[in-house]
Amino acid sequence: MLNISHISKTFNPGTVNEKTALSDLSLHLDKGDFITILGSNGAGKSTLFGAIAGSFVVDNGSIQLDGQNITNLPDYKRSKYIGRLFQDPLKGTAPNMTIEENLALAYMRASQHTSPFSMISRSDRAGFREKLAQLGLGLEDRMDHPVGLLSGGQRQALTLLMATLVTPKLLLLDEHTAALDPATAEKVLDLTKQIVAENQITCLMITHNIPSALSLGNRTVMMKDGKIVLEIAGEERAAMTTEKLLQAFHQQGISNDRILFSAD
Amino acid sequence: MFSSAVIMSALELGCIYALVALALFVSFRVLNIADMTTDGAFTLGCAVSATVAVAGHPWLALLAAVAAGACAGSITAFLQTKLKIPSILAGIITNTGLYTVNLAVMGFSSNVNMMKTDTVFTMLRPWLGTFYRLLPSALLTVTVAVALVLFLKTRLGLSIRATGDNPDMVRASSINTGFTITIGLCVSNALTALSGAVLAQYQKTADINLGTGMVIIGLASLIIGETLMPRGKLWRKALGAILGSILYRFIIAVALRMDLPSECLKLISATIVALAIGLPAIKAAVKPATAQGGKKSC
Repeated sequence: MLNISHISKTFNPGTVNEKTALSDLSLHLDKGDFITILGSNGAGKSTLFGAIAGSFVVDNGSIQLDGQNITNLPDYKRSKYIGRLFQDPLKGTAPNMTIEENLALAYMRASQHTSPFSMISRSDRAGFREKLAQLGLGLEDRMDHPVGLLSGGQRQALTLLMATLVTPKLLLLDEHTAALDPATAEKVLDLTKQIVAENQITCLMITHNIPSALSLGNRTVMMKDGKIVLEIAGEERAAMTTEKLLQAFHQQGISNDRILFSAD
Repeated sequence: MFSSAVIMSALELGCIYALVALALFVSFRVLNIADMTTDGAFTLGCAVSATVAVAGHPWLALLAAVAAGACAGSITAFLQTKLKIPSILAGIITNTGLYTVNLAVMGFSSNVNMMKTDTVFTMLRPWLGTFYRLLPSALLTVTVAVALVLFLKTRLGLSIRATGDNPDMVRASSINTGFTITIGLCVSNALTALSGAVLAQYQKTADINLGTGMVIIGLASLIIGETLMPRGKLWRKALGAILGSILYRFIIAVALRMDLPSECLKLISATIVALAIGLPAIKAAVKPATAQGGKKSC
């Protein structure tokens, strides 16, 4: 489904601020794979997402999505197939537009056969209502409210729904629950699990929370200095504990700084 | 206090200028761009409309003006999105260039006299009698407003609104902001030019200075409208822009009634806009910080 082959990216080359963010990184995802990504700050996790989503063009290597070479495709063309959630819940929705309008926008831009002048139909609206009801947040009764009135958790749940309303080929979750309070974070994480499983979405998720990295998805990778330094799956992953994983981090020379990871 | 003629003309002008308020609703409120092309685009609409009407095609004149306005908007958008010129400067550049274009359209004369020319209004006069200027203007404005509201609910319209509302979101979604900004500015300047086109035929003259200060007049109308319709759905906002424009004309009529010289009107408009846009800052400065009851949402 996603084939990342030997990509590298150096920011500000030739200056004092030169920073190699990705270094000869390769990663392959099969359809339905759900990979969680761990790594300390500056390991290149978000840069990897930026490369996949097309926020910048990589220096070397190639990226293929579902057989199509997207290495040089501009970001707005990629995002028809790639859903992306950020840590900041304010980034994914338009505050002065209503819940319904936000959903309509997400729905129509990802659908294949809509003209620029198409509008949502009554049945589309009913579909939105149904999907909103599944979130269990009562948003289905507030469809004509501006999104700016919602809480951070509600906005993030809505962003998740928008990103998956038309099933994307790939979903990128960049610490999308980190800015939420623990209870809300759990709720959004549960929704994520449910939506990803129901639609069998191929998914990459960055997290600092080791237990959720190990419990969610089917593979876990660890990044350091723009490279993947550890990859676990299957039985090895099932037997992995937070303690053992932290040990593995230390063996990789990652600083013994538990602040970077939440072990509870 | 007012004669019926004064009321009638305020309503007529209010409806005609409401198109500029709607145009600025698109550029200033929806796209979040202060579009300085407005003045030039308005004059361009006047000039094209007058020239084509003098040539004997008053209806075609309106369409030609719309097309010309859209072109002007596309130039500003090109400067902004492709050449990366800051939006305000891009508008000023186009506006400056349009001065020459507008003179050229009028045959390098600073005005066009249409006293003996057939206009859409004179052509409708036999059927509409006294209301021959009000009815067509009102109908056109309402039609344009309805079409605009519907357009803003289409996929393209929603994309344009999102571009102005949350650039972060748009960058992460499959929306080409260069394209949506271009369409938005084309629509906005087409409306402005249409307003100028109708005005030229309404007053049977076009002048190179007709558009001067139009962006401020349009903003004043828009902001008055927002005071009348503080929040709500799109159609309420569009209605607000129209009502604001009509109310603005009544304010002007009152000012003229009070024997205020008409030269003062631009200063009054400028003051209204400055105060209205600066109101939140003024309120915050007047109120002590502790007395504020929580942050205003978005």
